[in-house]
Amino acid sequence: MAAAPEVRPLVHDELLNPYRHGASLIHRLPAPVKLLGAAACVLVSVLLPRTAWPAYAGMGAGLLLVALLSSVPLRYLGRRLLLAEPFAVGVALLALLQDHGLQVFLAMLAKSTLCLSCIILLNSTTRFTDLLQVFRRLRVPALLVVTLALMHRYLFVLVDETARLRRARRSRTFTTGRVFGWGLTATVAAQLFVRTSERAERVYAAMCARGWKL
Amino acid sequence: MHIPDGFLDAKTAVISAGMAAVGIGIALRSVRRAASARRVPLIGLAAAFVFAAQMLNFPVAGGTSGHLIGAVLVAVLLGPSAAVLAMTAVLVVQCFMFADGGVTALGANVFNMAIVAPGVGYAIYALVRRAAGDSLRSRLLATAFAAWCSTVVAAIVCAGQLALAGTVAWKVAFPAMAGIHMLIAIGEAVITTLVVAAVARARPELLASRPPTSASSHYTELTAYGLLVSLGLVVFVAPFASGWPDGLEKVAAALGFEHRATATPIMAAPLSNYTIPGFQSAVSSTIVAGGVGILVAFVLAYVLARALTPRVDAAHGRGAGGASPCA
Repeated sequence: MAAAPEVRPLVHDELLNPYRHGASLIHRLPAPVKLLGAAACVLVSVLLPRTAWPAYAGMGAGLLLVALLSSVPLRYLGRRLLLAEPFAVGVALLALLQDHGLQVFLAMLAKSTLCLSCIILLNSTTRFTDLLQVFRRLRVPALLVVTLALMHRYLFVLVDETARLRRARRSRTFTTGRVFGWGLTATVAAQLFVRTSERAERVYAAMCARGWKL
Repeated sequence: MHIPDGFLDAKTAVISAGMAAVGIGIALRSVRRAASARRVPLIGLAAAFVFAAQMLNFPVAGGTSGHLIGAVLVAVLLGPSAAVLAMTAVLVVQCFMFADGGVTALGANVFNMAIVAPGVGYAIYALVRRAAGDSLRSRLLATAFAAWCSTVVAAIVCAGQLALAGTVAWKVAFPAMAGIHMLIAIGEAVITTLVVAAVARARPELLASRPPTSASSHYTELTAYGLLVSLGLVVFVAPFASGWPDGLEKVAAALGFEHRATATPIMAAPLSNYTIPGFQSAVSSTIVAGGVGILVAFVLAYVLARALTPRVDAAHGRGAGGASPCA
């Protein structure tokens, strides 16, 4: 049971890359339109009054239509929604503990489900790099965009590196004590940091070699 | 601690987004002023590191497991402004790629986890190190205590935002968030300290080489974060903390809710410990509970730092030091 996650393939593609390639109408829309549309959709559902149930239903139907048009499998979208939902439910549970809690709880749940579906639809049909271009055009500071781009680029590399480090550690360690285990996992994290900072040096040299300036 | 969409009203979302923008502005300015282009890729990769390190599981009792949050770890290893930028990148990617944390709540999440957490953490780290010296043990003590405090303060600010938005009443949000996160913070402190100690073992020079900024600009930076975090506490927490002791009925209601709350699984033991019997006023009992919590955290941090420092300077450390060249 505990060993099951260890045998996953190195690139956790489905876990790390939400984008599903396609040629549908939604995929072909320009990224700025999709980002602003999703943002508008999130904003409307957040600002709707708590008891506007018909409006919630209408928005849900609209999002379902977009999902069908995007030709991304509904099962995939549903699984991502289920993965993201527990966090929202956790915060919403706090609202249950006060007066009129149930109504607030249900409204929170409806709003956060709509917003989550919206964002999941956006990132299933739009590449993150395209979103970064939109950020750049929206005058987000260049340093922040570079940080985001580098993070996105090396996310996959470092997650694979972590998997390799853990596998190496497991193949050399025969104890499973909890206290000892924490120490070992912390060593893996520390080693990951050491490798990260070394890689950053190499990346910097490579960037300079290609004429990069801050 | 990620606030999803729909939990904040427009007022709270806009205020916290504004404060988050100011904090990111301070960080961008101080990274640019340090004029070290060499650090830019390091910040981006550090963000990816935090994301990857958050995937490492630390088993807790009963099949559950916790993971690192990482704000204080990056602040200790790379300095506060790099930590602010790296944690902001982590939160933006989590929001847009993984739908973790809401778009309209992004400002609030960035403020709590990318500005308050590393800002408070680094300030406490710097203060404790100043008081306790520059040895590895005092660094680990400072790291552990800073990690604990920063997690708890970030959770309290988060509770204040939820209360200001009118989503969750302060008397529910505060004890729940502060109580749960006082426990989570212990895990965060232990993991952060273990990682820093392991980095110090593997590469002491990585820990020693802090950004070569001048002392004055360093203090300007810390003062700016300090002012911003204080402003956050004034806006999000102070209105509730001051309007609190308005009658015993409210306290009784709060206690009634707390009893009911203990039945639900997300409310663990700390909630019932949070009000100490024998104290009539909720304020004084909260102050006492908070003080005891901080004291316990400091003692735990000291014990942890002692346990993780190799005993070279102790009396029998000479034997160990003599043995290592033979090994």
